[in-house]
Amino acid sequence: MVSRALLKRILIYAALIIGALVMMIPFLYTVSTALKPNAFVFTADFFPDRPTAQNFVDAWGSNNFKRYFLNSLKVAIITTFFTVAIAATQAYAFARMRFPGKDLLFYMYLIAMMIPAMLMIIPQFLEARTMGLLNTHLGLIVFYVVGSIPFQTFFLRGFFEAIPNELLEASYIDGANRFTAFARIAVPLAGPGLGTAAIFAFLASWDEFTWALTIINDSGLRTLPIALRLFQAQHGTQWGLVFAASLIAIVPVVIVFVAFQNVFVKGISTGGIKG
Amino acid sequence: MSPWRKGEYVVAALFLAPGLIWFWTFALYPLLYAFWMSLHEWRIRGTSEFIGLANYARVFQDPVNLIALRNTVVYALISIPGQMILGLAIALLLAKATRGKVVLRLIYYLPVICSWVVVSLIFMFLFNSEGLINRFFGESLGWVDPNTAWLNDAATALPVIALLGIWKGVGWVMIIYLAALQGVPKELTEAARIDGASGFQVARFVTIPLLAPATLFILVLLTIGAFQSFIQFYIMTGGGPFHSTEVFLSYMYNQAFNFLDFGYASAIAWVLAGLILLISVIQFRFIRQTYSY
Repeated sequence: MVSRALLKRILIYAALIIGALVMMIPFLYTVSTALKPNAFVFTADFFPDRPTAQNFVDAWGSNNFKRYFLNSLKVAIITTFFTVAIAATQAYAFARMRFPGKDLLFYMYLIAMMIPAMLMIIPQFLEARTMGLLNTHLGLIVFYVVGSIPFQTFFLRGFFEAIPNELLEASYIDGANRFTAFARIAVPLAGPGLGTAAIFAFLASWDEFTWALTIINDSGLRTLPIALRLFQAQHGTQWGLVFAASLIAIVPVVIVFVAFQNVFVKGISTGGIKG
Repeated sequence: MSPWRKGEYVVAALFLAPGLIWFWTFALYPLLYAFWMSLHEWRIRGTSEFIGLANYARVFQDPVNLIALRNTVVYALISIPGQMILGLAIALLLAKATRGKVVLRLIYYLPVICSWVVVSLIFMFLFNSEGLINRFFGESLGWVDPNTAWLNDAATALPVIALLGIWKGVGWVMIIYLAALQGVPKELTEAARIDGASGFQVARFVTIPLLAPATLFILVLLTIGAFQSFIQFYIMTGGGPFHSTEVFLSYMYNQAFNFLDFGYASAIAWVLAGLILLISVIQFRFIRQTYSY
């Protein structure tokens, strides 16, 4: 006879696995469509009879796709670097230093987190135009970083607050100044937080659509989300090609997430919000 | 006290300056400028005319904004409870799982990390008149008309977009709840078990009340997100047909970048910001009262 505990475990796993399969259906269908010759996209069964990698070859080789991929990668990496560097120094100051107006400045970020980014898109567009940032990757990076600053500062502050005071005090006694204490003691101890912040920043930049749609006109400067959208609009009938391109666009995201999953989950559970 | 007291303000200023200057220049200034613009009949060239609150009066008289409000509320009422209930259920089950945790968590989280553009395209394809949904539920099972044009009809387009919202967001809710569950003391749930409570009763009377702060956090963030949804609507329906799936930001974006009516678009954005702030405050108060911790 099956024990109650075992029965319960079986039910739990059954529910989790069925749920996971339902979650996977859209992706599985995407993969199977990308593996189908175009003529069979709608007619063939869920799984392709004669799978072909041709769509992936065509997508990668067509319409400057490689360039869009590298554009996205470049923008995301530079954005991540500046976002984390700026958010970390600010969060450290908010967590560890005393200065006038500290609360006021921090509330400013809290309120900024609630305001829709789209509220600013028109004046930011005009500002970017005045500064000559339209149609440049710098224009993307500058505004991606500013979009992340409030949340990331808020998120990282918790990690710097959690560092025991004695460690920093000890480093001062050993002759460290504020900057070396930050770089040598605080930054390594806030590692999971910084890693999580970096993943957030990378994903946000990699996936961003609206601002890139608004300021990038030059086809050579497009990032992947824009390229995919236009790709679909032009080749709406060639879904296999569109999904091959989409899947290529997802790859870096999955790699980053799988590689740093432990850091990420640890970062979320120790910082930010605590239940 | 550390020996750095005297120079402390200077050091703090050095740590803060890059971020603050960046933020003030590229976020705070545009934010205030948006308000200034909303008070004008804004012209790209030539002088803009100051018209006071006329753009705001227009926001409240324009019937499209009423449609946008209705659509946003419907989207929120379907997608938020869907994400929260499923996300909580998955988190509670996953917390009990011992093996395969990492893989299951990744599968549930995958839609969260995919771009809105990609997932919108996937759902457009699934709900295409020749797509999988019509083939399976229409041709195979006969539950729906196999020629249903899901995204061309407001009655079906909005629920489909909300379903996408649930599918994409449920993993995020799950991961926040999983994090919060680590903060629930084992002694409490074990004590309840010893007192004879069933697994469901433990969840209902011990675990879920202890998750209240996480629930509040999730609810507020999902509401903010729902009221700011744009890309999925822009890609899947473009707000059409005849504004029937319009939301505030799709309408605002159109007013700004197709009709170049920057003043009116800014007014829509500010009203939306006010609405979001109001709802967030109400949610905070309501939940504080309900759980009074």
